[in-house]
Amino acid sequence: MQPQRATRASLVPGLGAIAAVTAYLIALLAVEKQPIIIGLLGAGIAGTFAAAWLGMLRPVGRSFAECEDALGGYAVLAACVVAAAFYDNHFVLLLVVTVLLYSVATLGLNIQFGYAGVLNFAGASFFGIGAYTAAVLNSHTAIPPLLVPLIGGLLAALIGSSLLFPVLRTRGHYAAVVTIAFALLLRTFLEVNDVLGGPQGMQVKGMQILGWSFNDNIEIGKHLELSFYMNYFIVSLLLLVGAFVLVRRLERSWVGLNLDALRLDETAASCFGLDIARWKITAFLLGNFLIGIAGALFGMVGGFVAPNNYTFADSLILVSILLLGGVGNPWGSVAATAIVVIIPEKLQTIQEYRFLLYALIVIAVLLFRPEGLLPRPVRQYFPGWRP
Amino acid sequence: MTALLQTSALTRAFGGVVALDRLDLVVTRNEILGLIGPNGSGKTTFFNVVTGIYRPDSGEVVFDGMDITGASPQAVYRAGISRTFQRSRLSLPLSIFDNIVIGNHKRLNHGLWFNLVRRADLKRQFEANYLAARELVEAFEPELVGRIFEPVAGLPMIDRRRIEICRALISEPKLLLLDEPSAGMTHDETAELMDDILQVRDRDKTLTIVIVEHEMGVIERITDRCVVLNFGRKIAEGPYRQVAADALVQEAYLGVA
Repeated sequence: MQPQRATRASLVPGLGAIAAVTAYLIALLAVEKQPIIIGLLGAGIAGTFAAAWLGMLRPVGRSFAECEDALGGYAVLAACVVAAAFYDNHFVLLLVVTVLLYSVATLGLNIQFGYAGVLNFAGASFFGIGAYTAAVLNSHTAIPPLLVPLIGGLLAALIGSSLLFPVLRTRGHYAAVVTIAFALLLRTFLEVNDVLGGPQGMQVKGMQILGWSFNDNIEIGKHLELSFYMNYFIVSLLLLVGAFVLVRRLERSWVGLNLDALRLDETAASCFGLDIARWKITAFLLGNFLIGIAGALFGMVGGFVAPNNYTFADSLILVSILLLGGVGNPWGSVAATAIVVIIPEKLQTIQEYRFLLYALIVIAVLLFRPEGLLPRPVRQYFPGWRP
Repeated sequence: MTALLQTSALTRAFGGVVALDRLDLVVTRNEILGLIGPNGSGKTTFFNVVTGIYRPDSGEVVFDGMDITGASPQAVYRAGISRTFQRSRLSLPLSIFDNIVIGNHKRLNHGLWFNLVRRADLKRQFEANYLAARELVEAFEPELVGRIFEPVAGLPMIDRRRIEICRALISEPKLLLLDEPSAGMTHDETAELMDDILQVRDRDKTLTIVIVEHEMGVIERITDRCVVLNFGRKIAEGPYRQVAADALVQEAYLGVA
């Protein structure tokens, strides 16, 4: 498509947006005084509204729509800049890693709910299955820890497949109730099962690659010491990039079209040959696979896993992230994860009321922007493609 | 005069209501057959049983020499029958292109590896389908070509009907079932849409069409032959003028004088 280059949207607005968001994130993560944080958050909201008012967001959207690959690369760079700015700060890096891994999990939910319309209220349970897998495999087997997240993902998909029958036989709300039941059952199972630590949970040994332990700080030369979370940051970022590319390509293919078609009208989809069960299964397993991988890695990051970490309430938060960000838009999922994870951590004063905050945010979004902060645009199979 | 679709003693009841009552119906190759009858006479049920949405209680459906009695909607589609719906069943948030290309499901490659990894091959298939969809849209309404990647939600009823027909046609079916294409449209729009349908038939003389319609003007204009249903039974059959003059048909529509 060389001749059409000239008509393409410019990269500049997208780059500007990434730079602004990066600078803002670094500032927000750096300050600790509560009044300043509240001021920054207020300024962020006001700034976003002002930008929307001035029509600055439209060119940003267009440049993201057409130059997504390049901007994605810059977004990765921006994440690295944020991490580098806090190279020795355990707390901030843990927060960043949490955002990255939760984003992977919400991308998984996005395949299930956003595309196939299968509502999964057991997201945190599958996340927990990944974490428990890591706990068991890292302390009882010699499986290379780098493979463990993969096994965690496969196991989450496998255990999730026990739900396939009820999920395929029911529709809409009823399928959602089945997943809620699964979440409650799994939690009880973990609590009474002493092999898995019971209610106290288990320790998870950290990641190791060829004898290099991820849980040691990285020393470069004599004076530079990086937080050990930097190791996890790099692996988590790679995982997020992989998950993002997967979800993107999935949406921009016939498979994505099939999932949309069956979500919107199963009868019509059947009349054009779609095998409804096949595509629901594909979406459900693929989603749980991503959630399980993220969970296994997160278990290693935290070093500890207990039934209480992965409750129904956490699943609700994952779903609310999806609604907040814009169902079906992976950029929205990542942005909303950052908002939902970072704000309560930084706003220590509201710690007790974080659920109230989630509730208010979700209600506000549903009222004023029902399609989420970043609504899903119409499918473009090959961004920038022109007939 | 060979039969493309043939049903024998096709029966389907809902509770006590017999929607199709031992219906013997033949659709001949290359004809446009009008299926008419009062409300509740079983026209749409006939479509739903043939396309596999409902299973028949008894009887047989043979399509192109193949027994498709009780086959799934997927199998019926793959055998070469496409349809439109009485209430437009498009996926409104999706683009015109998406909606049309859903209809080409049986010719697309759905492997995960193909879709996720072999993007260059996918692009070739995408471009071929873009050209096919564009050609269809152009035949119906050239103005829609520029909006082919816009959501269907913003389009008026007549354009949605056109897109539904394009979706049914892109897989080049042998038999097209049109369920009340004029529903929800003005008189002029209906006339326009019928021109489109006749034009489609002119392009492909081998296409066989069964059309359910309440607008008798439409039926008179485009059908070669009509079958009249009442209470799930065939009460008359023949060219429109002949069945319109039939005493039984007049009674079914107007009641006994």
